[in-house]
Amino acid sequence: MWIHLNEKQYSKEMLLHMYENMLRIRKFETKLTECFMKGMLAGNIHTCVGQEATVVGTCQALEKRDFITSTHRGHGHCIAKGAKTDKMMAELFGKVTGYCRGKGGSMHVADISLGILGANGIVGAGIPIATGSGLTSKIRKSDEVTLSFFGDGASNHGTFHESINMAAAWKLPVVYLCENNQYGVSVNINTVTNTENIAVRAQGYGIPGITVDGNDVLAVYEAVKAAVQYAREGNGPSIVECKTYRMRGHYEGDPAAYRSKEVTEEWRKKDPIDRFRAYLLTLGIEDDELTAIEGAMDKEIEEATEFAITSPYPDVSEVTLDVYTSDNERSVIR
Amino acid sequence: MSKLSMSKAIREAIYEEMLRDENVIVMGEDMGRMGNPFGITEGFLDKFGPDRVVETPICESGFTGMAVGAAMRGIRPVVELMYVDFIGVAMDPVMNQAAKMRYMTGGQVNIPMVVRAPMGAGRRNAGQHSQCLETLFTHIPGLKVVSPSTPADAKGLLKSAIRDEDPVIFLEHKTLYAIKDEVPEEEHIIPLGEADVKREGKDVTIIAWSRQVLFALEAAKELEKDGIDAEVLDLRTLVPLDWEAIKKSVCKTHNVVIVQEGYRRSGYAGEIATQIMEELFDELDSPVERVAGLNTVPPFSPPLEDAFFPNSNDIVKAVKKVVNFKL
Repeated sequence: MWIHLNEKQYSKEMLLHMYENMLRIRKFETKLTECFMKGMLAGNIHTCVGQEATVVGTCQALEKRDFITSTHRGHGHCIAKGAKTDKMMAELFGKVTGYCRGKGGSMHVADISLGILGANGIVGAGIPIATGSGLTSKIRKSDEVTLSFFGDGASNHGTFHESINMAAAWKLPVVYLCENNQYGVSVNINTVTNTENIAVRAQGYGIPGITVDGNDVLAVYEAVKAAVQYAREGNGPSIVECKTYRMRGHYEGDPAAYRSKEVTEEWRKKDPIDRFRAYLLTLGIEDDELTAIEGAMDKEIEEATEFAITSPYPDVSEVTLDVYTSDNERSVIR
Repeated sequence: MSKLSMSKAIREAIYEEMLRDENVIVMGEDMGRMGNPFGITEGFLDKFGPDRVVETPICESGFTGMAVGAAMRGIRPVVELMYVDFIGVAMDPVMNQAAKMRYMTGGQVNIPMVVRAPMGAGRRNAGQHSQCLETLFTHIPGLKVVSPSTPADAKGLLKSAIRDEDPVIFLEHKTLYAIKDEVPEEEHIIPLGEADVKREGKDVTIIAWSRQVLFALEAAKELEKDGIDAEVLDLRTLVPLDWEAIKKSVCKTHNVVIVQEGYRRSGYAGEIATQIMEELFDELDSPVERVAGLNTVPPFSPPLEDAFFPNSNDIVKAVKKVVNFKL
């Protein structure tokens, strides 16, 4: 087990990088909601507005060579792991310049070279994939760690139990990161689960588990860093649960009428970006410096959107391309 | 040439591929000390160690999903479902993950995994251990599907499947495991997507795969007595389908019977019949006939089970119907 130490020293560079990434994600997704309202985006858009501290604190604790699996709510995970916002935006616009040539869209962004083993549209499906990546590292005796993002909803899926059981039995280098935003679409976790916290289940697998304030980016960072180190040193998996809240509906267009407005307002006061900004000011970082980052992020997202809008759609001939690696033509025609 | 059972031929294929490529691993239940119920991985644990002979707990969804993740990292997992019926609890990693990953990522990743699964009726295993479910897999774009009928084909096709960059479902009929036949001793590879004429004939084409090829050959022998010369085309691979071989045979015989052990309704036989009708209608002297398993639950009681799946008598009847067809 480990605890969060408040007295840690961090480099200014790292703190500003985390602030920048949280803003990058917030502004990226805010732009998405605007574009969706204007009818510019097709499909389903699941944002992680309000959950940026969990996303950024987690990925900050990973090395470039480490792997993640993401979820249907995965824009933040990918950006925090190094994905570029222009190629992300292009993917969400269904353009050929996107990460997946427009074929995956919001729920399937992947970049293997960045260690992103894919967002996933099936709740709980990334957990065994991450575990298989952990198995690979064990077989190859290499020291990458794989981290699986999943929500409180997925924690009740069979894949959660099956995967963590195997990872624990074989000491696989995997961190199971539960983003507990308290709602699986409309269902509150407390109405379908008998324990206050998900991480207590770790005890049943004989592995460490910890629950942290998911809106405190440094608390998340410390917890995940310890979990990553534990895995990298060959001790096996652990569960880190981040308690957070999604400020918007399940997807854009969902008014989230199933939640109390009062509770949502309480969480708004705990906005992870506002909190982190206030904390950075107490450290003596100049307001101007933070404002400059905000401006730079606004500019980046505007440019990313412009890139997406002006990029071409994939040629229609691509509709059956890449279903198979070999013998594709013959295999799709019959 | 030496005579090997299909289970030994399958064992040899995996063993040789594991020797050849350290990325090849096996995963599944009872793969270790027991060496699998059919002896497929006998001796593997001692030879390759527990990292490459992954003996899993009973959780098909979890370990099949793990194989997808390992494949994304360049491992070539050969996963075993103890019975294909268990795909019911492991369909998501096959259908939504392995099959779609390459396409959804715009061609970034390959999923070079094989899912091997014993299938089929005839062993009195009842409803949940006797099905032929190839149709579930042929329906899903992104999967290749193989189902051999002889030990030599099993070995050559499995080696190709393991080397293939795409997910391959490899279906092995349980009643074929113990049947011995000649298998080449030298390196033996059969490319995926090549059908094989198991018997040449001029009057009718019997298209089959897996155990039904054996019934088709028996039927052909029986039909000889009536002067009917049947060609038996063993598809071996269902996806990709060897259309050229089908076309060649149909254009020769002009009569077609398609045989599958799986349920008749929505079966792959119906798919092939439709394609023949669409593209080779002018070649046909009679409507294409299907012989298939009944639309019922595989029963336990021996006389009931024997009535459930097709055999050579059913094929003989169907052939006589098409060759005697008159407008």
